[in-house]
Amino acid sequence: MSIRLTEVQKAFGPKEVLKGFTMCIDDGETAAIVGPSGIGKSVLLKHVVGLLRPDAGSVVVDGVSVPELDRKGLHRLRRGIGYVFQFAALFDSMTVAENVGMGLRRIPGWDRRRIEKRVEDCLSLVELAGTGDRYPAQLSGGQRKRAGLARAIAPRPKFLLYDEPTTGLDPVTTSVIDRLILRMRDELGVTGLVVTHDMTSAFRVADRITLLHDGRARFSGTPAEVRTASDPVLKGFVEGDPDLYYRDGWRREGMHAGGQDHGA
Amino acid sequence: MIDRLLGALAFVGNRTVSALQGMGRGWGLFAGATASIRNVDVWLPHLLPQMARVGVASVPIALFIATFTGIVMSLQASYTLTGAIPVYFVGTLVGKTMILELGPVLTALTLAGRVGANISAELGTMRVTEQVDALETLAYDPLAYLVVPRVFAAIFMFPIVVLLAIGIGIASGWFTALQLLDMSSPEFVKGLRLFFEPWDVWFAVIKSVSFGAVVTGVGCYFGLQTERGAEGVGRSATQTVVVASMLILCLDAFWATVLL
Repeated sequence: MSIRLTEVQKAFGPKEVLKGFTMCIDDGETAAIVGPSGIGKSVLLKHVVGLLRPDAGSVVVDGVSVPELDRKGLHRLRRGIGYVFQFAALFDSMTVAENVGMGLRRIPGWDRRRIEKRVEDCLSLVELAGTGDRYPAQLSGGQRKRAGLARAIAPRPKFLLYDEPTTGLDPVTTSVIDRLILRMRDELGVTGLVVTHDMTSAFRVADRITLLHDGRARFSGTPAEVRTASDPVLKGFVEGDPDLYYRDGWRREGMHAGGQDHGA
Repeated sequence: MIDRLLGALAFVGNRTVSALQGMGRGWGLFAGATASIRNVDVWLPHLLPQMARVGVASVPIALFIATFTGIVMSLQASYTLTGAIPVYFVGTLVGKTMILELGPVLTALTLAGRVGANISAELGTMRVTEQVDALETLAYDPLAYLVVPRVFAAIFMFPIVVLLAIGIGIASGWFTALQLLDMSSPEFVKGLRLFFEPWDVWFAVIKSVSFGAVVTGVGCYFGLQTERGAEGVGRSATQTVVVASMLILCLDAFWATVLL
């Protein structure tokens, strides 16, 4: 039940986003990939679930090589992966309950009653009980993120991928989401991969933190190791010091040349 | 001078490559959607609601346009035929043009705006807000979920809307002939039946089916290709109306060449 990314490369036109990223997430672990916005963190996450194919390198989830899967194989794989989107990506024409039940309707043998029960349980787990008949537009940002999380966990996935789960939230709601991520690991035993630029959140939820820098894993270690690391780029990012972070002259293309960002 | 020439060549070359890439993506969507038809459990529950949205909701605007087209056709036919040609040919002109051309084409052009732009904007918004990706991660086939029911709904409903429009157009032309042109009903009906062929109706139906597939297919294509937020959604909707309208007119010429 692990996720292994080996020498993953991905370019969009002339822009190389990933230049050989390698990382491994073990069973039951929650790992965080950190880095500034636009560096390619979401691109990485989309490789794990097969929404993007790498130009080179391998992506292996649960022993299965994702890029080699056909559509049927991808659907089978995705039933075991929950994906929490940056802006929740709730279907706005459906109620919260219908959103949460979407993945369950694809599971053979699940009748309406069983789905309703599971939806209620998931909404309670993310502290959204009683909001099932509301529409996404009627929810706050934090509630939407939690509804997205409820939708992701409803089919009982083995893996949970979180794309910037705390972006745009106030500190209290951020703590609520972080606690939920920890509950998912501790109570449901899922293997988690969080991409974020929020270091406070990464320190709180991750067993291991990897810094994505210039398309590669620049540093990988436990939160304690990250705090004591001497790598200037890592220190610059953790401390929010642009002089330190950009000391080696590296610049992100999208920031300075007006290039196109492909996700955070 | 050489720089300008090279610049022009590069422009034409880039445009050609871009057009070919677009055609390739279009065929890819067509092939993918065709393969997705087998996922009946995904698209079938959405077929009826889409038929209501694509067809039933389009009836008022289609009938409005058909009513005034019939009135104008009747008046212009009478104006054109004044003198040597018997007045009952007004019925012939109204009937033939409504069935063969104006009913299907005007309705399809109207629905390219109403239905095509709507689909493009809806799917475009879903694309830029990652709802399409969310469908994929929940193990849904987005083509089966989003494209197939819309295209099938249009294939079923466009002919019905067009036939209604033809009927109303002829009826309004008839009414105009009675009220404003001093014609009698037997005269109008005589003209209507003079060159009527049942094949004409089938011709209109075949055209409508193809127009329905084109309008919804183009709407889905541009919707799913949308990038860069609200501006991209607006651009997709505009492109849908322009491209669908052009394809409707091309198809119109194609069917006239092949079937008449």
